[in-house]
Amino acid sequence: MVNLIWLIMLVIGILISAINGQIEIVTVSAMKAAELGVEVAIELIGVMSLWLGLMRLAEEAGIVKGIARLFGPVVRLLFPTLKPDSPALGAIIMNLSANILGLGNAATPFGLKAMQELQKENPTPETASPAMITFLALNTSCITLIPATIIGVRLKANSANPTEIIGTTIVATGCAMTSAIIVDYLLRRRAAK
Amino acid sequence: MKAIAEISRWAIPLLLLFIPVIAFLRKVPVYESFVAGAEEGFNTGVRILPFLIGMLVSIRIFVDSGALNILAHWLQPIFAYFGLDSNVAAIIPLAIMRPLSGSGALGVATQLINQYGPDSYIGRLASTLQGSTDTTFFVLTIYFGSVGIRKYRYALKLGLLADFIGLIASIWIVTKTF
Repeated sequence: MVNLIWLIMLVIGILISAINGQIEIVTVSAMKAAELGVEVAIELIGVMSLWLGLMRLAEEAGIVKGIARLFGPVVRLLFPTLKPDSPALGAIIMNLSANILGLGNAATPFGLKAMQELQKENPTPETASPAMITFLALNTSCITLIPATIIGVRLKANSANPTEIIGTTIVATGCAMTSAIIVDYLLRRRAAK
Repeated sequence: MKAIAEISRWAIPLLLLFIPVIAFLRKVPVYESFVAGAEEGFNTGVRILPFLIGMLVSIRIFVDSGALNILAHWLQPIFAYFGLDSNVAAIIPLAIMRPLSGSGALGVATQLINQYGPDSYIGRLASTLQGSTDTTFFVLTIYFGSVGIRKYRYALKLGLLADFIGLIASIWIVTKTF
């Protein structure tokens, strides 16, 4: 499916540029995007190193284990296939916390770390495990308490009340997250049959 | 609302303070452990690079070609069919862009907020939508790619469905609240 989506975006983009007589857009966009990919990766190496360093400290001090135990019951309900003392749990919880607080660039390192830990417990290394799918569904639909970036944009646009959208955002993400959890449960059961 | 914003402001400094201090009190060699953990950052960054480039190139060509606006134009009648204000149609490009590209969606949202005003219906809806959904398609491909997963099973369906619910919920709550 990803192969298809990738190809379709590429082909449609090139066709439309050609029809509009602006085929040079394709060349410029392709080169710029490739450069941007390197920029993003390099920036990520910096933040990743910082957070993974801190994460290691938290692990060795037993903080991660403590947090994992605190959220244990909830997590066991959401991730029935994971062992209760799975090292992935710490990273999953850190990722979700960062997402809730709107700390986007701290969330990614924990998220990638969580995927690495989940992959170690995955019996089918080329196919997504149920725990991975649950984690990604939570990660992308997670409740957001502070949409920091968009508040900044509203502030710059001279909003009378830049933070008034916090409440609506919490409700919207709450709906998305709840339905993600329910549908994930149903799809997981159907796939297990 | 103020309190929540304060928490966000203090979260990272407090983590940077408490984790190393607690680790030190528990006799962890703080600096050496930090460096050992940080070492992993480089490999992860390098590993996701090809996935980033592959996705960014395809998405960027699609978006820059103007395909997005054509798609949004096609989808307009569907919005009208469900009895939604034609005003809401202005949000379609943002809704399509959101799962694909974070910076792209932010660009569209910023443009909508500036064009309609931050305190207008569209401005508030764009703000809520931008804050409440994620770059699902992009995140999935990068996260799965980073560990070598090729078969996503039902993950994409689930993620995009959650985004769609987020869109409907945003329209509903913004209409109801303001």
